[in-house]
Amino acid sequence: MSNAKEIKISREPLLKVVKRDDMPPLKAWLVRFGTLAISFIIIGLFSMAISGKSFGETYEIMFMGVFGRIFEGKLTMLWKYLQEVAMLLALALALTPAFKMKFWNCGAEGQALMGGLAAMICMIELGDILSYPVLIAVIAVTSILAGAVWGLIPAIFKAFFNTNETLFTLMMNYIATQIIAYYLYIKGGGSNVINPVSAGNFPTVGTNEYFVNITVVTVITVIMFIYLKYSKQGYEISVVGESQNTARYIGINVKKVIIRTMAISGALCGVTGMLLVAGKDHSINANLVGGEGFTAILMSWLGQFNPFIMAVMIAIITFIEIGVAKVADTALLNSSFSSIIVGIVILMLVGCEFFIHYSVKFRHNKKEVEA
Amino acid sequence: MSTQPAIELKNITKRFGAKVIANKNVNLTAYRGEILSILGENGSGKTTLMNMISGIYFPDEGQIFIDGNEAVITSPKDAFSYRIGMIHQHFKLVEVFSAAENIVLGIDEGKYNLKNSTAEIKKISEQYGFDLDVNKKIYSMSVSEKQTVEIIKVLYRGADILILDEPTAVLTPQETQKLFAILRRMRDDGKCIIIITHKLHEVLSLSDRVSVLRKGEYVGTVNTAETSENELTEMMVGKKISLNIQRDEPKNAEDRLVVNKLTCVDRAGTTVLDDVSFTAKSGEILGIAGIAGSGQRELLEAIAGLQHLSSGEIYYFDPKTGEKENLKDKTPMQIRNMGVRLSFVPEDRLGMGLVGNMDIVDNMMLRSYRKGHSAFLERKKPKDLAMKIIHDLEVVTPSASTPVRRLSGGNVQKVLVGREIAASPTVLMVAYPVRGLDINSSYTIYNLLNEQKEKGVAIVFVGEDLDVLVELCDRIMVIGSGKINGIVDGRTATKEEIGLLMTKSKQEGAEDANE
Repeated sequence: MSNAKEIKISREPLLKVVKRDDMPPLKAWLVRFGTLAISFIIIGLFSMAISGKSFGETYEIMFMGVFGRIFEGKLTMLWKYLQEVAMLLALALALTPAFKMKFWNCGAEGQALMGGLAAMICMIELGDILSYPVLIAVIAVTSILAGAVWGLIPAIFKAFFNTNETLFTLMMNYIATQIIAYYLYIKGGGSNVINPVSAGNFPTVGTNEYFVNITVVTVITVIMFIYLKYSKQGYEISVVGESQNTARYIGINVKKVIIRTMAISGALCGVTGMLLVAGKDHSINANLVGGEGFTAILMSWLGQFNPFIMAVMIAIITFIEIGVAKVADTALLNSSFSSIIVGIVILMLVGCEFFIHYSVKFRHNKKEVEA
Repeated sequence: MSTQPAIELKNITKRFGAKVIANKNVNLTAYRGEILSILGENGSGKTTLMNMISGIYFPDEGQIFIDGNEAVITSPKDAFSYRIGMIHQHFKLVEVFSAAENIVLGIDEGKYNLKNSTAEIKKISEQYGFDLDVNKKIYSMSVSEKQTVEIIKVLYRGADILILDEPTAVLTPQETQKLFAILRRMRDDGKCIIIITHKLHEVLSLSDRVSVLRKGEYVGTVNTAETSENELTEMMVGKKISLNIQRDEPKNAEDRLVVNKLTCVDRAGTTVLDDVSFTAKSGEILGIAGIAGSGQRELLEAIAGLQHLSSGEIYYFDPKTGEKENLKDKTPMQIRNMGVRLSFVPEDRLGMGLVGNMDIVDNMMLRSYRKGHSAFLERKKPKDLAMKIIHDLEVVTPSASTPVRRLSGGNVQKVLVGREIAASPTVLMVAYPVRGLDINSSYTIYNLLNEQKEKGVAIVFVGEDLDVLVELCDRIMVIGSGKINGIVDGRTATKEEIGLLMTKSKQEGAEDANE
């Protein structure tokens, strides 16, 4: 170039982000598991710094905190752990068909609360009237219906008026919470607390009081996998989610699919609420689901909408959550520490998706170099 | 015209993802005091190139020089500091603000003083002959007024390199003329004007030089005074070649689809189809020619049951029973359940005809997955069909379980056309089936259509390449602004004749703008 000396100082960005969609799935999974490995190291280092113990000891505390003396045949801790995993998984599974349809159901919390409330009402009102098998059947049916109705309301508005489902489902959560509060006010006497009810509880198998819950969720996991991958309805969900234009083109009734799928999503949330009430708490309060309806959104995504991957992801995250809480406990820290660590791990896992879908390139080399 | 280029592009390359190359080694020079046209077909990379000058994209390779110095433009703000202003096809204005407020919006000139600014804006308006009420709110403005605001906005910011992206697409002929007068005045004032267009007559009447892009590559630059419409067309679409597409005489042609006085109004209340009547016959290819967006898409969608009709009838004659059925206001499902074998290859292949994230097998099922009473999918037959199509049509793909979005355009189209033909249709509608395809894939598609014609299928072919239409089709229907401007015999019709019919309704206005 003739007047090379006049060239301005380059302000070309150092890094450039370029979209890519060609990373092979195997490599993508390597990136994800690599991230997970790094996060385990970070957890260890953090926990070491706080507890003052060695890396190995820290992980021992975590393991003991989650599984207890499992090798000596004491399985109580294991069942508790699996119960935690199962409940979060149930909610994540419930959200997955809606998410595959790109219907952002943020109302798992409310839908589960309504299911739980239905179970609670049956236990209190019908516990003395019906025989045990009939009572359980009635509990199941009403919980499923209650959850489904709570999911159907936003779906109908979405299908016919194209309302924003994210806001709608979120608001439905608050209504559900208020209904629970009102129910506690009526039934709780002055204290707004309902004492555990003994009627309509799920049976304990051996030492495992969560046997029913864990089994039900395991079955749902397998069914959901088959439903999404091998059923005609699951196929319709994918088509509507990927492109409503294509769905219309091949004659899928989009409204019908939206409504049907949200009924399923809500119903499964209702089932979770029932499992929490009849299979665990035997009582109800507004904190029944404890925010897991929102954690489940993340888990469904982290599991790539695949029920089995979801199960693995949730098992890992729950392990970290309980384990780190134990470490914090021994170091006399409160439970927020565990939440912080879980937050960091989730952020890292979400962040690694960026490197799967984009590649970062450094400033390209100048073709002409100044003299 | 000065000798120092105002703006010079050297070896500019821009990719989107790994596959799409929007611009490849483009070189371009524009001087002050001239109007340069960037000419090219849809998708030739005109707008992408200009977006790199105006800071919306950043080139992957190559350099931009402004007044001889290398410039690095990473944002529209950078572009303004080089005195470059772009007027986009879609306006970027705040609806509830007045013209003046929109013009000064975002400029940091110390104190906000609308009065001074207004005076300045008026000065600019008078200098170039704009006609603008600065206090008028944007929402009450016509399209042409909004465009005026956009132009003054960049002038107010001191731009002396102006880029206009298809500025006449939204204007009436009179407004176009007015705009051209203003642009000429700006040129005489020493500004560098770059205008993106694909309308030849505008190029010839307005610009000093023309740079032509084809498929993202720079073809060349010519002086307008020394060129002709023919030369430009050739540069734009490549050498005129005889295609030698096979065309047999239709056999036993009988009425298959009769469209009668079809009228269609879209949501905005615009009439997109106006009293359309025609007949598609079995064993014949009926071509539909027209400028993009003249109602071709709506017409096919109306027949396929995807558009609501305001009035008119669509009759289908069953080849077996000879019965006459009205398809009006039927959903695609109902049409299929009536036993009408209607296949449709839509223009938007991955957004409508196929699902990009699904693999070839699952895309095969789109039409047929409902078959049978089982609640579960049957993937055996779709898989066989996928393998057959991959084999017969020579689809290049790693496997049948590759997501179709990963395939090249030609292979995507083979998958789609293959599926639609596999349904053994009696009516086959295809929209721009060879758009973006290489020569070999295009011929594969022509042969497939001819095979179907041989089988007695009534084919409706919406195309843009007139060379193809006159060599492939038995009859050609020309559509313009939703109206049928004429139906000609494909064997005797010339490109000129069709071109004339295409612009029939707009002919007068176009000539006005030429002067």
